[in-house]
Amino acid sequence: MKDIIDRYANIICVAARHKTPLCIRSGGSKDFYGNNINENTNDTLSVTDYTGIVDYDPTELVMTARTGTSLVDLEDELRMHNQMLGFEPPHFGPGATLGGCVACGLSGPRRASVGAVRDFILGVRMLDGRGNDLRFGGQVLKNVAGYDISRLMTGSMGTLGLLLEISLKVLPLPPIELTLRMQMKEAVAIEKMNQWAGKPLPISATCFYDDNLTLRLSGAESAVCAAHTKLGGEAISDGLVFWNSIREQTHSFFQSGKSLWRLSVKSSIPPLLLPGQQLIEWGGALRWFTCNEDKDVDANFVRSVTSSVGGNATLFRYNKQSVSVFHPPGSEMMRIYQRIKEKFDPVGILNPSRMYREL
Amino acid sequence: MHTLELVNSLRIFLPPDSVLHETEDLKPYECDGLSAYRQMPMIVVLPRTEEEIIRILRICNISKTPVVARGAGTGLSGGALPHAKGILLSLAKLKQILEIDPISRTARVQPGVRNLAISESAATYGLYYAPDPSSQIVCSIGGNVAENSGGVHCLKYGLTVHNILKLRVITIEGEYLEIGGTCLDTPGYDLLALMTGSEGMLGIVTEITVKLIPIPEKAQVVMAAFDDIRKAGNAVANVIGAGIIPAGMEMMDKIATHAVEEYVHAGYNLDAEAILLCESDGTTEEVIDEIQRINQIMKKNGAMDIKTSNNETERLKFWAGRKAAFPAAGRISPDYYCMDGTIPRKNLAQVLDGIEKLSIEYGLRCMNVFHAGDGNLHPLILYDANQPGELKKTEEFGAKILEMCIQVGGTITGEHGVGIEKINQMCSQFKTGELEIFHAVKAAFDPDGLLNPGKAVPTLRRCAEHGAMHVHLNEDKFQGLPRF
Ligand SMILES: Cc1cc2nc3c(=O)[nH]c(=O)nc-3n(C[C@H](O)[C@H](O)[C@H](O)COP(=O)(O)OP(=O)(O)OC[C@H]3O[C@@H](n4cnc5c(N)ncnc54)[C@H](O)[C@@H]3O)c2cc1C
Repeated sequence: MKDIIDRYANIICVAARHKTPLCIRSGGSKDFYGNNINENTNDTLSVTDYTGIVDYDPTELVMTARTGTSLVDLEDELRMHNQMLGFEPPHFGPGATLGGCVACGLSGPRRASVGAVRDFILGVRMLDGRGNDLRFGGQVLKNVAGYDISRLMTGSMGTLGLLLEISLKVLPLPPIELTLRMQMKEAVAIEKMNQWAGKPLPISATCFYDDNLTLRLSGAESAVCAAHTKLGGEAISDGLVFWNSIREQTHSFFQSGKSLWRLSVKSSIPPLLLPGQQLIEWGGALRWFTCNEDKDVDANFVRSVTSSVGGNATLFRYNKQSVSVFHPPGSEMMRIYQRIKEKFDPVGILNPSRMYREL
Repeated sequence: MHTLELVNSLRIFLPPDSVLHETEDLKPYECDGLSAYRQMPMIVVLPRTEEEIIRILRICNISKTPVVARGAGTGLSGGALPHAKGILLSLAKLKQILEIDPISRTARVQPGVRNLAISESAATYGLYYAPDPSSQIVCSIGGNVAENSGGVHCLKYGLTVHNILKLRVITIEGEYLEIGGTCLDTPGYDLLALMTGSEGMLGIVTEITVKLIPIPEKAQVVMAAFDDIRKAGNAVANVIGAGIIPAGMEMMDKIATHAVEEYVHAGYNLDAEAILLCESDGTTEEVIDEIQRINQIMKKNGAMDIKTSNNETERLKFWAGRKAAFPAAGRISPDYYCMDGTIPRKNLAQVLDGIEKLSIEYGLRCMNVFHAGDGNLHPLILYDANQPGELKKTEEFGAKILEMCIQVGGTITGEHGVGIEKINQMCSQFKTGELEIFHAVKAAFDPDGLLNPGKAVPTLRRCAEHGAMHVHLNEDKFQGLPRF
């Protein structure tokens, strides 16, 4: 395995010397995510071959794996021990790897109840933009030695370094899950989701679409049954399929081929008035938006609507407008981002522009 | 700048009682919770508003005066230890809870607010702030953010980093940053995580938005006594192996049990080598279920004595002992030194054996309390600072415990921070390249190194000088151990 790391490090060093930008790519399942990059001027650094679980002891609740490991393999292994990745990462394709999952920082339906990818990251091993092999964090659940570089790497879209190994906290699989559905209007659904989240109820996922609120309960059988009685709603039998279609965006809502916006807002914000369709997750905190008409809605308009309620808007898929995919930060913040980027990747060869043009 | 010059420029916008510089006024600030280290600051300032903080920082930036932030001063690693030529910036006057939003379940607070005060205010809505350091009656939320503090419930509910949403931060240049948001994620680099646990090195936190969660319907605790610490360790692993994430899982060794029992009479079994407290919380149905399963696991692992709390009074009584561990140490010894290493739990027996051997070698008693669920050890070394040489021996003993934690794949600090105290051990845990990255991050926020200089991250020179003294993790010797 050491020869693989040496090879990666060598590629990075050579690229740094020649100032040739590198596009770090693993399974390619998330190629669509982030700013379009000019493939002609970028060499691809393929990192699929650094695979395998380094250490996994279910009773420690910690797994350490190489970043080329396929998410499917990793989740299979966990399931054999009745455990899971709590943040339920979307794969977006069979090629999904742990590295891409952490670099993109995307979490699935369980996010609002247990936390995001970054909440489960304990440590990383990585190569920086000079090819230095570095380790941060660790494989223990509590660790405050040094700045939290592991979480900084999470969601940094490969702009700060090449992730090699990751230690994660894992969770036990809930004994049972039950999916409920009830009909209601959007405003009522948002209100209910917030109300229920403030009560000790075992709700592990929520989705509102087309005047239907779908809820997932997870936990001990007794607790799930009691909650069902309290909440009402009709139990549906294909819950597993439904949640998978939301997590993997195979649900018809996501399939229109029109610009898909991901609006991150405070959960209690009332329905957002935008000219199109919305699907709501995470107890109201995540609003997917896609427009009805042929014409795409102006990005500045979407961003200003979202900003006005204190949120942010990501142009998640089908960016035909060549606008910045991610909501731009203020100039003071960007200055700090730039300084951080400069230190990790002095020549600026790692996934330049993928997150922000300035980085 | 000369002291009086600085005092004068600060008094232009601060009332006289908010700028202290006379020795007797400075005295209360000379140390934090780690009283073995003391240093008088040049000036103490007590601003009341964010605006005042901005002006103070601008003055410090122009005059290149070091600034050390201070919350409640309960830190245990010397993080708030003043700088001899610097300003100590106390956040004590910023103690308002600005807003509680019961619908989106958040609270917006100033940094000087006490940890417990947040939960007290949120209680009317059936909500609370989960991280509960034992010092929660006094420690400030700003200090919690700076140290990424944990508590006995953090295995299930997370540390500070998992429970905050947004920060307002003033940089040393006097610029204002808004980090994170009231939504569940924000694009860009995760500066929220970077700020959390940064020990006042990157900026001054002036406002924090925290998550609130529903108060569980029911909580119950099982107290199990074991005649062998290994059995207790196995019981912990088996509870987790059974798919249970307890709300709290704490262990105490025999010396600790005796010390606290004498003090609070919690009803602990005095013959036990280890006492385990395992709490379940959630809906009534869940808790009944879980408590039954926990009881079975304790029995199977050979517990000699198992008690389950039957009501809230009893539950609090069982916990009272654990929560009083530090003061109890203070009762049986003139001084104690609290360590904070974290280890993979499977190495517990090995590390405790090692600590016992060191205890004999140094002729110093050591009692162990342990956040067993997440592997965070708090060995309390008992010593007498008035005995010549004993503090030095204690520090050496402590350093060896930390080296042992690193060797088994753990870390030198789980929740108390590096501060000034563990600065040398940082050289053992991290290599040059990693330390360089830490310095680079610091420089990205604070190019002149004015915020809390000399803490948290050692200079490379210091490590070069210190390195020789220490056994570094030998990669060959521990090849079987994955090295993070
Ligand atoms: C009896 C006792 C029990 C304890 N139990 C626990 C426990 O269970 N878990 C745990 O994690 N800790 C525990 N601690 C340690 C301590 O209480 C925590 O580290 C706490 O978070 C410190 O808060 P403080 O307000 O006292 O901060 P201080 O000690 O004043 O400061 C700590 C650090 O934070 C920085 N700082 C403070 N405020 C700000 C700000 N607004 N902006 C930027 N930087 C700032 C300071 O510069 C310093 O580096 C305990 C301490 C004691 C004495």
